[in-house]
Amino acid sequence: MKPPSQIRRFLRHPSGAVGLALLLFFVAMALAAPYLFPQGPYKMVARPMLWPGQNPDLLLGTDSLGRDLLVSVVYGARVSLLVGLSAALASAIVGAAVGLVSGYFGGWIGDMLMRITDAFQTLPSFLAAILIVGLIGPSIGTIVTSIALVSWPMVARLVRAEVLRIKTLDFVQACRIMGMPDWRIMLAEILPNSLGPIIVATSLLVANAIIIESGLSFLGLGDPNMMSWGGVIGNGRSALRMAWYITMIPAGAVVLTVLALNLIGDALNDVLNPRLRKG
Amino acid sequence: MSLTDTSARRAPAARLALPPWARFLLGRLGQAFLVMALVVIGNFVIMQMAPGDLVTVIAGGADMTQEQMADLRARFGLDLPLLVQFWNYVAQLLTFDLGYSYRMNAPVWEVLSARLPTTAALVVLSLLFSVTIGTVMGVVSARRAGTLTDMGINAVALVLYAAPSFVVAMLLVLVFSVKLGWFPIAGLTTVSAGYTGWALVKDMAAHLVMPVTALCTFYVAIYARLARSTMLEVMDQDYVRTARAKGLSETRVIYVHTLRNALLPIVTMAGLQVSTVLGGAVVVETVFGLPGMARTAYDAVFQRDTTMLLGVMFVSSLAIVIVNLAVDLLYTVLDPRVSLK
Repeated sequence: MKPPSQIRRFLRHPSGAVGLALLLFFVAMALAAPYLFPQGPYKMVARPMLWPGQNPDLLLGTDSLGRDLLVSVVYGARVSLLVGLSAALASAIVGAAVGLVSGYFGGWIGDMLMRITDAFQTLPSFLAAILIVGLIGPSIGTIVTSIALVSWPMVARLVRAEVLRIKTLDFVQACRIMGMPDWRIMLAEILPNSLGPIIVATSLLVANAIIIESGLSFLGLGDPNMMSWGGVIGNGRSALRMAWYITMIPAGAVVLTVLALNLIGDALNDVLNPRLRKG
Repeated sequence: MSLTDTSARRAPAARLALPPWARFLLGRLGQAFLVMALVVIGNFVIMQMAPGDLVTVIAGGADMTQEQMADLRARFGLDLPLLVQFWNYVAQLLTFDLGYSYRMNAPVWEVLSARLPTTAALVVLSLLFSVTIGTVMGVVSARRAGTLTDMGINAVALVLYAAPSFVVAMLLVLVFSVKLGWFPIAGLTTVSAGYTGWALVKDMAAHLVMPVTALCTFYVAIYARLARSTMLEVMDQDYVRTARAKGLSETRVIYVHTLRNALLPIVTMAGLQVSTVLGGAVVVETVFGLPGMARTAYDAVFQRDTTMLLGVMFVSSLAIVIVNLAVDLLYTVLDPRVSLK
């Protein structure tokens, strides 16, 4: 079995190591939030728009309502990662299912599924997310659903391409001759062998979901009960002239998290799909 | 003679003996139809799932009794069975009637058609600039693969790839409007100046620099990465080695033999990107206060103007479908190997 060596190769990959370290930092932040700041992110602690360092107790200063910006940023990590992970998992599962069925059975079922996948991929995804979240109501549930709904096609296409390749291999033929049922061949034989591209795609899906979520919150379409980076940036917009740190600090957090996930995706791609990339 | 015989016998089995280009066109039109069907069904489902309906929107401003509201519902056909309502919605869209916005007091299409050019300009300019700049970055990067220049370009692309458009937009506003005062902060023109002719064009251009840049950066990164990897791939091909062996200059090898072939995936990507750029336009038009169609979506959300929002979705999807059809046709011109299927 290869896994241990692949993990070692991932850690030795420069972008993998850097990305993982960055991501772990934000994950730790998200997990520790309620223990570090049990009072929650909405409590007013001082005068509004205190610059970072002006008050030694408030490392990142306060926002335009006098709330501690550090607490907002720490709690924001929870929303971004939660939405990112759930939306990515949901779209990976749906995409993998559609890709498996369409690639394995082929024929008109496969064609039809791919036509539908293409149609979903053609939709203006962010607009669709605004439509769903805006009209049905902003909550973590609608946000995750709307992101998953527009992200699964990419996984479906990737998985289908993998399945089309794998299903012609000898071991799959052997399973068929042994009389293994189709669903077992798909789930137990083909799926594990096409995990590489799925894992790579999932890391990029998390990044993409975080971008969409922060964009929605920026527009005021975030979950009203949760402090998210996009929301803080959106609120800080009107104070850009006076206090740009209110927008730029959470903006930096979004960029660093997405960067970390992209680096991880690149490294995973090099480690898991060596034949796909030369340059 | 035997050849004609077989084809004559086979023709009825193939149902329609269409020429390849017609079959290609039909397939593409079918796909376009499917996308629009998806949009219409999606719109209808969301309309049903949204709390409140058209009548609650109208009643929002006025005092209405339950009877009056029920009466209005009957007049709009909102009390009919769902399937009938769906059919009415489809029939309405088929005549390109997008409905009436009670918030704007105008037909949806009238509002949107007035705002479409701004969004179209934004999207087209962004695509143009991102494809050009991204491709140049990718080509330079690929030619100097492994050098410091290559690493620098990759690093820039990596950061741009991680920055959402609204973050770039805010940063641009902060640096170039608030701090440096180089570009106007919002709007499409300086209304008070009353420019005409060439001055108006220059004024609009100044207003569009930041929005277009904000919308570009992410795609610049995508095209830079894509162009780099396809260039590297194409440079390995036999015909490039042949071109080099013939003694052609490096510039000619790169730009005539390699880049031309590396352009294909970029064109495909550009076609796919139209839909995501449109999404980004919502954010960018909102930040920069541009009177475009995408921004209308944002306003409509907060005014609970469902008809308008669904209209934006329909018009945007239709525009995307048309552009994709055009890209498909362009593709067959660029690459004769793509048999029309």
